[in-house]
Amino acid sequence: MSAEKKTVTLNMGPQHPSTHGVLRVKLELDGERVVTAEPIIGYLHTGIEKTMESMLYYKAIPATDRMDYLAPMSNNLGYCLAVEKLMDIEVPEKVKWARVCLVELTRVASHLVWLGTHSIDLGAMSMLMYAFRERELIIDLYEACGGQRMMTSYIRIGGLASDLPADFEKKVRNIIKTIREKMKDYDKLLTENPIFIMRTKGVAVISAEDAINYCLSGPMLRGCGVNYDVRKANPYSGYENFDFDVPLGKNGDAYDRYLIRMEEMRQSLKIAEQAIDGMPEGPYRAHVPGVVLPPKEDVLYKMESMIFHFKIITDGFEAPVGSVYQAIESPKGELGFYITGDGTNIPRRVRVRPPSFVNLGALPILTEGHLLADVVCAIGSIDIVLGEVDR
Amino acid sequence: MGLEEKIPDSIILTSLDKMVNWARKRSMWPLGFGLACCAIEMISTFAAHFDLARYGMEVMRASPRQADLMIVAGRVSMKMVPVIKTLYEQMPNPKWVISMGACASCGGVFNNYAILQGVDRIIPVDIYVPGCPPRPEQLMDGILKLQEIVEKDSLKKVHEEWGRKAV
Amino acid sequence: MRTELSEFLKSKFADSLTEQELFRDQQSFVVKPDSIVSVCEALLNDENLEVKFLADITCVDWLGHEQEKQGRFEVVYNLYSYKHSYRFFLKVRLDGESPCVRTLTGLWKGANWLEREVFDLFGIKFEGHPNLTKIVTPDELEGHPLRKDFPLTWEQPVFSWNKDDPPEVRNER
Repeated sequence: MSAEKKTVTLNMGPQHPSTHGVLRVKLELDGERVVTAEPIIGYLHTGIEKTMESMLYYKAIPATDRMDYLAPMSNNLGYCLAVEKLMDIEVPEKVKWARVCLVELTRVASHLVWLGTHSIDLGAMSMLMYAFRERELIIDLYEACGGQRMMTSYIRIGGLASDLPADFEKKVRNIIKTIREKMKDYDKLLTENPIFIMRTKGVAVISAEDAINYCLSGPMLRGCGVNYDVRKANPYSGYENFDFDVPLGKNGDAYDRYLIRMEEMRQSLKIAEQAIDGMPEGPYRAHVPGVVLPPKEDVLYKMESMIFHFKIITDGFEAPVGSVYQAIESPKGELGFYITGDGTNIPRRVRVRPPSFVNLGALPILTEGHLLADVVCAIGSIDIVLGEVDR
Repeated sequence: MGLEEKIPDSIILTSLDKMVNWARKRSMWPLGFGLACCAIEMISTFAAHFDLARYGMEVMRASPRQADLMIVAGRVSMKMVPVIKTLYEQMPNPKWVISMGACASCGGVFNNYAILQGVDRIIPVDIYVPGCPPRPEQLMDGILKLQEIVEKDSLKKVHEEWGRKAV
Repeated sequence: MRTELSEFLKSKFADSLTEQELFRDQQSFVVKPDSIVSVCEALLNDENLEVKFLADITCVDWLGHEQEKQGRFEVVYNLYSYKHSYRFFLKVRLDGESPCVRTLTGLWKGANWLEREVFDLFGIKFEGHPNLTKIVTPDELEGHPLRKDFPLTWEQPVFSWNKDDPPEVRNER
């Protein structure tokens, strides 16, 4: 036996139940301790950006759904807001409020999946069943709106795909009431659960300086006490009209991030309630001939609308030369769309600023010197979606 | 034949094929392996609301060596191709494959440089489930259809096909 | 913040600042490639501006457009100041022959992955980057997918499974 200190290289993934998809991590282990953890990504590289650069502005919306597939509405919103900025379109008030309501419920759905999968990684199996049960309610609402369970493409450029369904208000109120009730159960199951606290407290710690240095955003950044939420800092889609708090953490560990996401769910329900209370009446699509599709009812009966519909679907619209960037607060962090128009009907460049991708870059510092079992906790608490990481 | 009348109640006469297929059909172990969006619908199928356990197939196996059903749930990127091939080869015979969703079946909306246009180009697929992503009911239907295939299988045929290759 | 920022850059980096743009209320500055690190460092350390957040690094390929004359590639740095809640862009124009710019990993560690992605997808070299390797595309893939001269539907990598049916033949089909 030589006295030389040796490390073991361990490969984790891409097929591993707790890497949340197809992430692969190359671990250097010294006994049970992690020396370095190097994430290797690209196993779900779909070429979405290239695909979007080959399509008319309209036709790229379904591609946005398939990036962060846990929060499809947030992606739709980010893309549509960016194109609206590029084309200088103002949308009606009702559209703004409906979008806010749907996007906040999307945040709840996304956090529910995170809650289920994160706790199943830490051994709390039953949590997944509860979280997915409540998520079904929100998925039902999507289906009522867009006709699809997950990939709704409901938010369109200049408005919504169709008017809100008749029982929208009833459904939303039911969701808010049910999930508020069930959140108490989750608290009992996890928040004060000693095993859960031991697995998450003081694990995967990152300081505020490091978090800024690693360009993190979302709950990862707020977990260490940096107050940056795009909804408050640069309000979009009428967020300045809503009253809500941004929860902040202190220690920057996995438990703080858990508390923040739980509180965010409560705040999201609060925003959704405000949105449904104050939902104004009006058209569900902006009236911008030649750019925004006319409402479907008009297309069937009015000559002019039909011509515009036909023209937009086949030829699209020509965007000016210039670049815009629109950031939104997606459940994972700052999701940005950088769109460059070049005077033709297809974009020159569509860049997605993926929050999961940037946040995952901090995995080496989160796990350095920790135990092997904590790597799973660190990956879970970053809340990654591989569709968005690799695109 | 009248043979049944002469033997005690606790004995049932059947062919070996039927008995083995009955057992296989009701205890299929899927590989816990998700790729993209469809994986979330797959989890939904396994979770509380839809509850796949009713059909005796809820035992997700993390290791391919213990699984006999692979559900390819999501788009297969070029980087993932060798991994999926290895996983399939690691699974013991007899094994079945469900290609879940448009992307796994034919490339779906992503006809580009990064995505494999159909997983059937690398491994043999038994059931294709359409949809983007398919509803949980659709996946269940696919699984029930697969059970019908398993039911009609013959031990002899399965044995001959062990060495089969991708088309 | 808008005027302060342009005053700051004009006074300190008059030589390297070549152009200013304002499009849809978004301010962007074109700087010379060799000065990007010093500009970012000054912005990061300035007590008044406090540009601490590097949100994104990306690139635009202007192949075949009239903008190509000024440089085929346009590397875009997306910077944000928490203190002023203000976002602006720094742009660097590079030629198509051997695009190369200094790395920002010395200032932000998060630039590591962002630059690797730009290198992988556009083939822009970042001088001084600690680990400039492919990040999302498979190792077998040749070329840089997001360049405009890279075809969208072209199956290139040859794996063991398509040896008998080479991509050249299949792509023609």
